[in-house]
Amino acid sequence: MTLRLMQGSEAVADAAILAGCRFFAGYPMLPFTELLEQMSRKLPTAGGVCINAETEIEAVNMALGAAATGARSATGSCGQGIALMQEAVAECALNELPVVFFNMARGQQDYFQCTRGGGWGDYRTITLAPKDIPEAVEHTQLLFHLADQYRTPVILLGDYVIAHTHVGVDVQRREYGPLPAKEWALDGSMSGTGQAREIWTWARGKPNTPGPGPNVHWQDLAEKYRAIDAAEARWEADVPEGTEVVVVSFGTTAAFVDYVVEDLRAEGVPIGSFRPVTLWPFPGEALAEATAGCRRILVYELNAGQMVDDVRIHAADRRAIRSIGGVSQDSSGMRQGDLLDADVLRTRIMQAIEEGD
Amino acid sequence: MPTIVPTSAPPVVPSQQVAEAAPSLMQSQEHELCPGCGHPVAWRLVLECMEELDIAARSIIIVGHGCYTQMMRLSDLDSLQCLHGRAPAVGTGVKRMLPDAAVFTLQGDGDMVSEGLAEVLHAAARGERITSLLFNNGVFGDTGGHMTASTVLGQRTKTSLEGREPGAHGYPVDVSRLLAQLDGAAYVARGAVNTPGMIARTKRMIHRAMELQLAGAGFTFVEVLTMCPTGWFVPTPGGPQYLEDSMMATYGIGELKTPD
Repeated sequence: MTLRLMQGSEAVADAAILAGCRFFAGYPMLPFTELLEQMSRKLPTAGGVCINAETEIEAVNMALGAAATGARSATGSCGQGIALMQEAVAECALNELPVVFFNMARGQQDYFQCTRGGGWGDYRTITLAPKDIPEAVEHTQLLFHLADQYRTPVILLGDYVIAHTHVGVDVQRREYGPLPAKEWALDGSMSGTGQAREIWTWARGKPNTPGPGPNVHWQDLAEKYRAIDAAEARWEADVPEGTEVVVVSFGTTAAFVDYVVEDLRAEGVPIGSFRPVTLWPFPGEALAEATAGCRRILVYELNAGQMVDDVRIHAADRRAIRSIGGVSQDSSGMRQGDLLDADVLRTRIMQAIEEGD
Repeated sequence: MPTIVPTSAPPVVPSQQVAEAAPSLMQSQEHELCPGCGHPVAWRLVLECMEELDIAARSIIIVGHGCYTQMMRLSDLDSLQCLHGRAPAVGTGVKRMLPDAAVFTLQGDGDMVSEGLAEVLHAAARGERITSLLFNNGVFGDTGGHMTASTVLGQRTKTSLEGREPGAHGYPVDVSRLLAQLDGAAYVARGAVNTPGMIARTKRMIHRAMELQLAGAGFTFVEVLTMCPTGWFVPTPGGPQYLEDSMMATYGIGELKTPD
């Protein structure tokens, strides 16, 4: 393994191109900007196209069009720009177009945006939240695979740590197995044959090839999302025998949790950690199992309380749950503020352990 | 005051068959559009041009939301129904991945001029090698007769009851004139389908736009003024004349920009 010191955005761009991404469109906005820069530098030499779009809405609809031809296609922004794209996220879901979204968020306040969505209709978006850049490289490639496997939009939820910081990383191509041919993809070749294809959220089809129509199509989609929910949850649990306290966190803050948990454990505190790797599907059963019988489930997220909703849905004993994070933004509005600190985290964990039931 | 269309008795003028054959690229002619609608005439021209240029087998149509959307469903063309206003952006993604395909976008005036003005202007400015078609009837027909950004002054709609008036509703947007100013636009033309002569002239415009797309000339654009007697609240037979008296007085017919 050869490590090369590189910015996270460059590593993610390399991973996307290795995964076969050939279309990218975006609108600059920190901390997403560098990913757009890297794609505009690297994609043309890989035979692809990168467009500096005039709006986020244009970017996402270009990516949707590229995906409709069967090309591996991606776009992204930070949470504010992803908010503009939400209508098209839903459209990709209901049209079954595999587009990869890179949400290089400003902090951790986009959990609801990724897992609940803001578009219309019954849809879900597979969301992976890497804890560091090497994992982001892996997730990027996995997401292109999952998008094609399920014909659905998917999201990588990063932040400034993933996008902006530099680490030594070895970007290697990963294989995730064969996928079915994209017979649905449009290339014009079926035009005039009597069997022309149609991509439409209503799925009504054409006179010669009637589709199922919206009711059945959307029921089919609901079934697909149930299947993804059952099959694709991923998590990381460090809960040894005898653990009484579990800290739950997602994304890059998990590195701080790992550090503090290791320290406290060395001091004899019976503590463990749990990290949903997929925010949707949320690894609810695994969380319930990992926290069964625990006295405390401490949710550390740097927002007003978003993931804690999913923890409440799944944990066997809701009375054990405490939020120990909170809104925490630095003066730039792009990073995490004072709460992202090992000493603060340690203090909050100990307070939550020591307070009465 | 225009007279109200009588519906208590059958029409006194029998319908006339005006052509023997449907374009082969229609899988069915069982559309749900109103009597007197100009869209089917305009769409027929598009399909005839594809047939004459023998480009059907590499043609992809991207449509927005409006009455014309069903033309996509009935046509034997690989097709993508996209979000309201965004067809030129979607067409950009398709064409960039399939440079040899013939890519067409179809929008109405509500879709393009109201909802998606940015998308069509930017696609033109970038010189995307697609052909964007605007079926402009100056009204939201699909919603039942509401004002769009291209509704002409004086036009009555359900949201401009006494007629569009600048003080309250602003002025109509002439999108073809806007596009013709952009260097990336290779061809911009405006036709209409209210008379046989105008239909023939408009067909030549669509034909030329397609040829120029295939030649890689840049962004090509044809606006077609079409009748919507239902949305205009005028008697069906009066649609073609009303189009000439109202819309054509605001929107001049002809080629606004051609390659040097």
